[in-house]
Amino acid sequence: MLSRVADRIFWMSRQMERAENVARILGVTSNLVLFGARERQEENLHAPLAITGTSAAFAVRHKALTLEALIAFLALDETNPSSIYSCLRDARDNAHAVRWQITSEMWETLNATWLEVRGIKRERVIGAGATQFFDWVKERSHLFRGVTYGTIVRGEAFNFSRLGTFLERADNTARILDVKYHILLPAAEDVGGALDYYQWTALLRSVSAFETYSALYRDQIFPIKVAELLVLEQRMPRSIAACFVEIGQSLERIQGERDHAVKRLAGELLARLTHSDIDEIFLGGLHEFLTACLTDFTELGTRIQRAYLGMV
Amino acid sequence: MQQRHYDEMRAANRAVRPHYRALAEWLAATPAERVAEKRREADLLFHRVGITFAVYGDRQGAERLIPFDIVPRIIPHAEWQTLVKGLRQRVAALNRFLHDVYHSQDILRAGIIPPQQVLTNSAYQVAMLGLDLPHQVYAHVAGIDLVRHEDGTWYVLEDNLRTPSGVSYMLENRKMMMRLFPELFERQRIYPVEHYPALLLETLRDIAPRAMREATVVVMTPGQYNSAYFEHAFLAQQMGIELVEGADLFVKDGHVFMRTTGGRQRVDVIYRRIDDAFLDPLAFREDSLLGVPGLLSAYRAGNVSLANAIGSGVADDKSTYAYVPDMIRFYLGEEPLLANVPTWQCKRAEDLAYVTAHLAELVVKEVQGSGGYGMLIGPASTAAQIEAFRERLRANPANYIAQPTLSLSTCPTFVERGIAPRHVDLRPFVLSGREVRLVPGGLTRVALDDGSLVVNSSQGGGTKDTWVVD
Repeated sequence: MLSRVADRIFWMSRQMERAENVARILGVTSNLVLFGARERQEENLHAPLAITGTSAAFAVRHKALTLEALIAFLALDETNPSSIYSCLRDARDNAHAVRWQITSEMWETLNATWLEVRGIKRERVIGAGATQFFDWVKERSHLFRGVTYGTIVRGEAFNFSRLGTFLERADNTARILDVKYHILLPAAEDVGGALDYYQWTALLRSVSAFETYSALYRDQIFPIKVAELLVLEQRMPRSIAACFVEIGQSLERIQGERDHAVKRLAGELLARLTHSDIDEIFLGGLHEFLTACLTDFTELGTRIQRAYLGMV
Repeated sequence: MQQRHYDEMRAANRAVRPHYRALAEWLAATPAERVAEKRREADLLFHRVGITFAVYGDRQGAERLIPFDIVPRIIPHAEWQTLVKGLRQRVAALNRFLHDVYHSQDILRAGIIPPQQVLTNSAYQVAMLGLDLPHQVYAHVAGIDLVRHEDGTWYVLEDNLRTPSGVSYMLENRKMMMRLFPELFERQRIYPVEHYPALLLETLRDIAPRAMREATVVVMTPGQYNSAYFEHAFLAQQMGIELVEGADLFVKDGHVFMRTTGGRQRVDVIYRRIDDAFLDPLAFREDSLLGVPGLLSAYRAGNVSLANAIGSGVADDKSTYAYVPDMIRFYLGEEPLLANVPTWQCKRAEDLAYVTAHLAELVVKEVQGSGGYGMLIGPASTAAQIEAFRERLRANPANYIAQPTLSLSTCPTFVERGIAPRHVDLRPFVLSGREVRLVPGGLTRVALDDGSLVVNSSQGGGTKDTWVVD
């Protein structure tokens, strides 16, 4: 497959996954801000900006950090490249450039999503309509992934689409965890308190893992288990480990010329995630572990770009 | 403008011609609402598939549909066979001419064509001198525009030997007709055109520079904002080959490669839908971002083939057009089977005098123009338009040719008030490689405005399916 085409497909899938993740983060943040503790308000509001790396850009556009301003900035602001709006636009633009290499169903899904988001007014995503909007974004992303899985020929287009989706997801899960890691650490004053319980369930819900937690652990919520589920549990489809199982499978099917560096790093990461133990990770520091992961994800992205997709 | 026209469907006594009989019966028996409904369905389908056309000069960069008319244009097989003979003859002579002007230039020495007509032509590429091409073919894909005059005679209106487009509409129109009106295909034998992409691929493989089982052939496009991008993508998909842009290719050690996820892959044949000037910034326009640096040197080294060949445009120039009948006589020793439209060359003083005196009756075209831009149709223009054109003509006479206004034949067409006659032309596509190949049919373009003679899609023309029937 042409590198340019693979590049478009890879980024098309990343952007759609990113839109979904921003919607998830904003959805959970809304809940935490509306129903959570006042003392954590500021911190909860800041989390989405930290996760998407847009604190500075936000400060330029908005004076006060309010829920309304946050949603306006991350949902529909077309000047913010990390907004849901921008992600859906970029996903559609990438698809447009390769619409003859993807299925018409994939193209139509992304095109229809873009046409719809373009017509959504700001008022609709502020306040009561917000949850509905975030659910719609998630649904469109589910639909796109399903359509892709169900229609595209098993070949390089499929491989690079999966690679983009799961690298983005792994990155996102790690970022969410890293911003929230301190709530998972044992702290003297409010261990097991109602306050943290709320934070933990919110964290689980942000990656659709609340039911999974109950199903797998059949226990009350312990922070260390939350971390284990999101980092190491391969049966949990949004865990970092599960993403790397998918990434490994995609890379196995891709025949590159000089791609040892890509496959070696992906293999190392999978091994690290398969053989680690959550107690060990906490001992070495969850934050340190996640920081190392995030650095490696960036490096993996760079290597993928170099080996298959053309100039960085 | 009252003029007699050849009606494709009805003879002078209004009787339906035999090859239109099945369609006429079907039209008479089918309720108007059903036909109207089918037209809407066709529009919807074309929109969904995205068969659109970017319009130059439209500030919005708008994409729009080329209107599709559901009444087919029908040609009896016997007549088609006569056309084919004429088309083969004409394209063979044009290819001989191209080989000649880049080699021994016999036709110039023989005084048949003035040397400056060829050698100072902006489409003449000195870089092609002495270069031997596989099978000595230059115009691998030729689109020859034909029209039928009021006496029923076919005329060649122009030759398109650079990057003729429209074949995707020929194929999509047929697919649409089969989908909308399968019953029509049961009523009579309609010759298939669906194998065009296979013939094109065969033709492109014919010209591969090295003997090999399977040459790597690609389609090269200027990109998704080009007006014919849909067609480029469509043909690549139909042939199952890569659609590349300039940036996907590079030249190393005299060979052309494409960048793929599996590393570099050598490219043998490029079906390029990009003009000569943009092919190679090192050789032609240095500001071209669409081309591939070094492509010309790889081409000259014989390591890659281009279709059509660089410099083919010198043969389809509208001022060269007038000499094509002489080319046929000179190279093939035959009389032309397809007629040329009488042409005045405005660079000649006596021709210019005639043309300026008769602007109101003539069609005047730029010699390098295409797409119906920059032309004057005398009988359809106002006095002011004619005066404005006269100034442009006087300023640069060599840039223009003039022809009598032909009365293009008409074909029944759906318009707002029902079925009415509209003017049509025909562009068959002639493929030349190891042998000459063409599918029975072509692209029929139709001028949708009453009385209009401009069929170009960029100027509001539509298209029809073209049937060759027994």
